[in-house]
Amino acid sequence: MPLASYAVVLSAVLFGLGALGFVFKRNIITIFMSIELMLNAVNLSFVAFSRIRHLLEGQVFVFFVIVVAAAEAAVGMAIIMQVARNRQSLNIERIDLLKL
Amino acid sequence: MTVELILFFLLAAVALGGAINLIVQTHPIHSALSLIVVMVALAGIYLLLGAELLAMVQIIVYAGAIMVLFVFTIMLLNAGKEERTAISRAATYVGVPCGVLLTAVLAWRMVLSEAGASASGAETQGMSRELSGMLFTSYVFPFELTSILILVAILGAVVLAKREM
Repeated sequence: MPLASYAVVLSAVLFGLGALGFVFKRNIITIFMSIELMLNAVNLSFVAFSRIRHLLEGQVFVFFVIVVAAAEAAVGMAIIMQVARNRQSLNIERIDLLKL
Repeated sequence: MTVELILFFLLAAVALGGAINLIVQTHPIHSALSLIVVMVALAGIYLLLGAELLAMVQIIVYAGAIMVLFVFTIMLLNAGKEERTAISRAATYVGVPCGVLLTAVLAWRMVLSEAGASASGAETQGMSRELSGMLFTSYVFPFELTSILILVAILGAVVLAKREM
């Protein structure tokens, strides 16, 4: 198996780990970090497929994903600061205003 | 086994260890530091896969800028250990099998789709010049759009983080 195929499997495993963290972490910042991990896993699969198919478009896409992730991190952190200030807690189970 | 493969498995082990550590640690600052380890290991893997420019961008933007933002917020909010609750224990029993299943299905489908891939064109190794050329010719419109996106994100972050509206 060539290098890129292993990278594809690694990206799937990293995505799974990110999804797991997303499901069972309780801290809102750690959940955000799990999302970043999933974004990284997807980036890795983009690069691996760009290597397999000999297409540079995959790498261009990773650029845009990184830019959007940076913007998302800035806005997300501002939202987290606001939530933490209003609720006095980072535990997501305390942030349940939209729950029935 | 070539040197490339050995290096890849080393970096993959580091990345996997970091990702597992991210989930296992209860203090957010430990999770953030292990996420930095994952990102640096991924930059190494990008280098092995022939995406030099992306490896550098990964280190500068992800491990540098984004993670600094995370660590900064954790320290600013003085985030402590997370509390385990009944729901998080239930999530372990349902979440772990679901996560394993998701990983298996993803890996299976991706390896399958990759088996049928036909390579056309030249090798993508060491093509930073071509990549930048593409970014400023065929993808110049999305590239310019991202500047607007970042501008809006800056405004949004400033407005949200301001203490009094």
